Amino acid sequence: MSNATATATSAEPLTADEKQLVRPPLVLNKRTMGWISDYISSIVEGKTPTWWYISMAVTVPLTLLCLSLLAYLISTGVGVWGNNHPVGWAWDITNFVFWIGIGHAGTLISAILFLTRQKWRTSINRAAEAMTLFAVVCAGIYPALHVGRVWMAWFLAPVPNANAIWQNFRSPLLWDVFAVSTYFTVSILFWYTGLIPDLATLRDRCKTKIRKFIYGVLALGWRGGNRQWRHYEMAYLILAGLSTPLVLSVHSVVSFDFATSVVPGWHTTIFPPYFVAGAIFGGFAMVLTIMIPACAIYKPLGDLVTVNHVDKMCKIILLTGSIVGYAYLMELFIAWYGANPYERAAFWYRAFGPYWWAYWAMMFCNVIAPQFFWFKFFRTHLIWVWILVQFPNMGMWFERFVIIATTLARDFMPSAWGMFHPTWVDICTFVGTFGLFSTLFLLFIRFLPMICMFEVKAVLPEADPHYGESHHS
Amino acid sequence: MNEVGNPTAPVYGIGAEFQSARDLYLAAEKIRDAGFQKWDVFSPFPIHGMDEAMGMKRSILGKVVFFGGLTGFLTAVTMQFGTSSFLYPLIVAGKPTNLYTVPAFFPVMFELTILLSAFTAVFGMLLLNGLPRLNHQLFNWDLFKKVTEDKFFVAIEAHDPKFSSRSVRDFLESLGGINITTIHGD
Repeated sequence: MSNATATATSAEPLTADEKQLVRPPLVLNKRTMGWISDYISSIVEGKTPTWWYISMAVTVPLTLLCLSLLAYLISTGVGVWGNNHPVGWAWDITNFVFWIGIGHAGTLISAILFLTRQKWRTSINRAAEAMTLFAVVCAGIYPALHVGRVWMAWFLAPVPNANAIWQNFRSPLLWDVFAVSTYFTVSILFWYTGLIPDLATLRDRCKTKIRKFIYGVLALGWRGGNRQWRHYEMAYLILAGLSTPLVLSVHSVVSFDFATSVVPGWHTTIFPPYFVAGAIFGGFAMVLTIMIPACAIYKPLGDLVTVNHVDKMCKIILLTGSIVGYAYLMELFIAWYGANPYERAAFWYRAFGPYWWAYWAMMFCNVIAPQFFWFKFFRTHLIWVWILVQFPNMGMWFERFVIIATTLARDFMPSAWGMFHPTWVDICTFVGTFGLFSTLFLLFIRFLPMICMFEVKAVLPEADPHYGESHHS
Repeated sequence: MNEVGNPTAPVYGIGAEFQSARDLYLAAEKIRDAGFQKWDVFSPFPIHGMDEAMGMKRSILGKVVFFGGLTGFLTAVTMQFGTSSFLYPLIVAGKPTNLYTVPAFFPVMFELTILLSAFTAVFGMLLLNGLPRLNHQLFNWDLFKKVTEDKFFVAIEAHDPKFSSRSVRDFLESLGGINITTIHGD
């Protein structure tokens, strides 16, 4: 646009066409910078609300249930789980893939949406990143205990064992160790780096000595000078750039655990992209599952996490859910078109074998249910959104169960077939991980700023150094 | 003029408050043009274009991180070939243990490259920023606490070759700064 036209349009009211180009504001009700600090910090600084104690009264016992069952498992043996031959991976690997997948939405929001300059991410990235960390904590429990003798888990680390034998670096299970531990470490670094300026805000608002000491140490002496912001922004950009391929690699490596085997139903090249899309799909569902109640409790947060945000997240769920649906159909097509009798049989058993209910539950939850998000009504009414995202949450668990349990239950030889039945320990441990996840999240809400204050301030119109100047000057 | 900190301690510098990101940006351009060296602007969030307004170059961090990533990559190469090809060649399913086995080593090379790059990015950033530290002379100034909330500040340090307390005060006042304060150490 030339300078002359720019001058003309800035003086006159916008036409209908031009109005469409104006983006809706990211922060509603013209909230000021001071309000953002005050409100978000007040959640951390105020008196602990009653609902928080009530929630903790539910989640802490569940956490303890999980931990005591893990102690029971270690002291007794893996036999307390229902794992058997042939279903040796059963619920533990199902739950591992389920939880690690949930983490992916957090990294997607914090890294990929950052690189693509999606400014709406700023009000949800902190909570989503926290969710990533807590989901990876829950995920990490399973492979560590699945090894059986958990005190031998150090065999996974790159040190030789007693016979001077080193790890097999060509094993996808070892790749997984490196991928998941790198993911967890980088997620913590990314999250903490984002927290530093906000911890400084909390430090500067502190009234009591103890809080001042704790937040003061955690804020690392941050002063907010541009000579600091300069390196800080570069570090954040680099971390985003590193996390983007990392998040895509983690679930790809998880899928290699299956894809590099020769088991029919697992040995497919579609697995890495299909796993990554599914992870983002399930992760966004979990972000919404957590954020909608949080914003209902802290009503003014609705000015920061707006219906517009929810609408966008629902669209991502619709997109990734459709990719997942396409992958399911393509799997079926290749099983038929590939003309491998074992592959065909594997998929026949998935859909019509003894685990048919899991397969169709997966199909309904992941492919049919998200299609409601084509309609704006379902994307903008928060109660509907919350109900509908429970389907991806369940569906993604069923997907991993279908991939793992039904495939292993029907191997090449009928003599090796067998069914898997979870024990009460399986079930209660899994329920307990939800308690652990929720407890960690409740602690996070109580003690750390739930929304990235400095980034939200930076997307306000007055944060622009040219705010108030006409564009042609 | 206001004074904060221990009045007998040496002066750290002179600070001034500004009301908006725009005022701060315009002030930064003028301080840059006046030829000051040891000074900084403080804001609740990073301000777009401030590096140019202050006359600073791009952060060096990206170059540092490259070497961090390279270290991670070489660690993975050494670890995998060193153990699988030399220390204890492990033959699984008749697969080679020499260079031909390299595709199976890519995932760990990738992960360690990312891991060490990320460590370098975070700790390099802290190192370049002189963090962590428990205290700083600027924290003696109570008003400065608002910098993490919604206020904007400029501080010109006494180390600056052009520093003289009277001229700097007048200069900051001419830029529109308010609450101009001399900051002492502890």
